[in-house]
Amino acid sequence: MQPFKTLTSLVAPLDRTNVDTDQIIPKQFLKRIERTGYGDFLFFDWRQTPEGNPVPDFVINDPRYQGAQIVVAGKNFGCGSSREHAAWALSDFGFRCVIAPTFADIFFSNAGKNGILLVKLSEEQVAQLLHNAQTIPGYQLTVSLEDQTITDNRGFNATFEVDPFRRYCLLEGLDDIGLTLRHADALDAYEKQHDHATWLQAK
Amino acid sequence: MSTAPQTLFEKVWQQHVVVEPQGEPTLLYIDLQLVHEVTSPQAFEGLRLAGRTVRRPDRTIATVDHNVPTTLEGRLHIVDQIAATQIATLRKNCAEFGVELYDVDSREQGIVHVIGPELGITKPGMTIVCGDSHTSTHGAFGALAFGIGTSEVEHVLATQTLPQSKPKTFRISVEGGLPLGVTAKDIILAIIGKIGTDGATGCVIEYAGSAIRSLSMEGRMTICNMSIEAGARAGMIAPDDTTFAYLKGRRFAPQGEAWDRAVAEWRKLPTDPGATFDRELVIDAATLVPYVSWGTSPGMVAPVTSAVPDPAKVANELDRKSMERALEYMALQPNTPLDKISIDRVFIGSCTNGRIEDLRAAAKVIAGHKVSAHVNAMVVPGSQQVKAQAEQEGLDRIFKEAGFDWREPGCSMCLGMNPDILSPGERCASTSNRNFEGRQGRGGRTHLVSPEMAAAAAIAGHFVDIRNWEVREEVTA
Repeated sequence: MQPFKTLTSLVAPLDRTNVDTDQIIPKQFLKRIERTGYGDFLFFDWRQTPEGNPVPDFVINDPRYQGAQIVVAGKNFGCGSSREHAAWALSDFGFRCVIAPTFADIFFSNAGKNGILLVKLSEEQVAQLLHNAQTIPGYQLTVSLEDQTITDNRGFNATFEVDPFRRYCLLEGLDDIGLTLRHADALDAYEKQHDHATWLQAK
Repeated sequence: MSTAPQTLFEKVWQQHVVVEPQGEPTLLYIDLQLVHEVTSPQAFEGLRLAGRTVRRPDRTIATVDHNVPTTLEGRLHIVDQIAATQIATLRKNCAEFGVELYDVDSREQGIVHVIGPELGITKPGMTIVCGDSHTSTHGAFGALAFGIGTSEVEHVLATQTLPQSKPKTFRISVEGGLPLGVTAKDIILAIIGKIGTDGATGCVIEYAGSAIRSLSMEGRMTICNMSIEAGARAGMIAPDDTTFAYLKGRRFAPQGEAWDRAVAEWRKLPTDPGATFDRELVIDAATLVPYVSWGTSPGMVAPVTSAVPDPAKVANELDRKSMERALEYMALQPNTPLDKISIDRVFIGSCTNGRIEDLRAAAKVIAGHKVSAHVNAMVVPGSQQVKAQAEQEGLDRIFKEAGFDWREPGCSMCLGMNPDILSPGERCASTSNRNFEGRQGRGGRTHLVSPEMAAAAAIAGHFVDIRNWEVREEVTA
């Protein structure tokens, strides 16, 4: 996993609430067995018409936001289906950070496993960032995971909370299975005793 | 062991703590992982690349549900080659890693959240995961069950554990008798409408109260299933005699002396008197009515007797824009009475409402009636066992005589990953769980309702208040 330390980038404003994972990556692209190549399908139904033409004013088609690695969106971003393809699509497209008032739990976990930093700010702060990104040409933010701050060069300065272990994993780009296997002895011991609970056996 | 009063969730959590490393999430043991074709190929590939094995094949089962066509002909020759490859990949992975697969030709194939309980694999007190957000369904048995992403699927395959931060607890008590015509689906739609689609984010909900206790296991599963639509990590209901009666004698339920011992253990699970929750909500069952969703998020619901809401009355700008956008997508005008909305399609099925009791309830509504001339209606049983049971009871005949399509089991039009999809602009009364834009097919318009409400809409051609429905013929099982 690519470590996340500090990122300075253009900001793509997605002024919608409850952006669900069906919108982030529609179902027809979930039939693939690969882990990569989903970026072309990100927000598929929003970025192009049923006839296959680009929707010019949709944010990721807008020339003003080309190359943006930060998305700012409304509350409950990533709700719905557990599909990790949503995180793969965002990451493959080039997004490394999403800022919103709240995120859905499963998406939150999936994003972390793919090196995407999710930052919760207040509704007011998000509204301001959406406004800035929509009205100020070339608007950029700097997100520092090390300092847990978000700043611009016009005086915006916010701090954000992040779980210390999640922060550590993102900073180091750590793989979860390897971390768990540090506890292999504890797991073996637990499992040996737990298997006696026959009422919790699957079969 | 702590002697302080504990909640159902805390008891299950505590029993599955492998280790609590300083400054890290708890490592939680997983009793059962359910696997399906869509969210597993990359996980098995990850194992292969790292030279890892499936740690506990005996705690892992797989089935095919999301992609499979629901016609016999379609299943024999899957036209969509990408879908066919994904199914073939699951077959290959299960053979290679020793995982039991309930394949498309199995008499026990079905939607993963339907077959777990009906095989008796799902049991009280277990921790259960699946790469599918509706894993919360299994919480109806007093299990801690939640959806995970593919990286976590791989993690559980490799280690039978997951690092997890402890969620908060949220008890929702529904007290009193349910009014006639109000179903488990209406309870959960009412809850989501009330607390919002992020109302329980970071929480495990325990559903309690006399209205919940009076529900069948099918009804309890419907409620726990849609916990995710309220943002919850999981939903749980305390196991009781209803739970044990459902499980007893099922294929993987304990037998004989082991059964008695299991029941004795499961009886220890319900929340202790005096245990506290981080949040509480009490709902009076008498206030509940049949609901219909009108928008593109499951929180956008209203009583069938009311009208499409008016965005002009919403103060918050982002919320107003979301509502305007939803109404534009749904092609609905503010203040239109919901029972004046005419429909084109009806879908009865899914992990929310594709069980035998759901089919019985729908059949009761349609017996002796005909599907409206402008409606195309289908019933997709949740599993082969549900289908066989329904056919044994003659329900298939009632559906077919009324003009419904009677299909093979699968996820079908709940998510349209298979040939069952809405055409652009089509409006559907659906017993499924999500009304997101394009969920049932690009440009399709989904209204979430109970099986009874969907059945009545199929006959009338528009939504109707099921409480005023004329039952024409008695259906006896």
